[in-house]
Amino acid sequence: MIEVNKREVEFVKNETVDKLLKRMKYSFPLVIVKINNEIIPRKKFSEVIVPDNSKISVIHMISGG
Amino acid sequence: MVKDMNIKKRREIRDKLKKFSVGIAGAGGLGSNSAVSLARAGIGKLVIVDFDIVEESNLDRQYYFQDQIGNVKVGALKNNISRINPNVKVETYKKKLKKGSMDKHFRDVDVVIEALDSAKMKTEFIEEIMLKLPNKPIIAASGVAGYGKSDRIKTKYMGNLYMVYDEKAESSEKDVLTAPRVILMANWQANLVLEILLGAD
Repeated sequence: MIEVNKREVEFVKNETVDKLLKRMKYSFPLVIVKINNEIIPRKKFSEVIVPDNSKISVIHMISGG
Repeated sequence: MVKDMNIKKRREIRDKLKKFSVGIAGAGGLGSNSAVSLARAGIGKLVIVDFDIVEESNLDRQYYFQDQIGNVKVGALKNNISRINPNVKVETYKKKLKKGSMDKHFRDVDVVIEALDSAKMKTEFIEEIMLKLPNKPIIAASGVAGYGKSDRIKTKYMGNLYMVYDEKAESSEKDVLTAPRVILMANWQANLVLEILLGAD
């Protein structure tokens, strides 16, 4: 199991961050992703594999300020 | 007796805050209002970066005045802060933050506030600060647009990243920016700065 934004989600072997976001149906273009408190730069979303038992936070950035 | 306690606590907080500095990326709705609040609270130093000039359309939510239209924002803000609390040191840079050097003016501050407007800039700024200055607390805001729905706003704690966040808000391209909500979130950011710098109450 992994935890995405405090929700328990099934672990998928060799799943990249990109693929996890797709599976979660997060379609926002600009997101900040942290896996176990480590920030994952967007350019590495297609390389970094999500480990089992990890805690993932995904937040999306919305214009305005 | 109660009054004496308040004076003591107020003095303690003032003495602590005087020693700290806060960097602010952007001097629009979030940046100008959080800067003014921190100045009133007695922060020691502010480092403010923005490239823009004050326009009439900014006055519905940003901390500027009619007679400052056409002025450089960081200069106008520095002036406004000095009229409120002349003890605050204000360092300003009139420039657009560029990818690759976004951390430049924020290396020595105690906390950084992300007060940019576009989602893309926000994301790039947060990523770069977190990668280059991993120990620096950064306070960002996402989901500022609209009015009402104050209860949807939350603080998301993600290690050194503190997000003032309304995940259900529309972007400012689709919704209006209004003074109460923008200023609420700017002060939420400033309030988090105090929480981080002063520790638990």
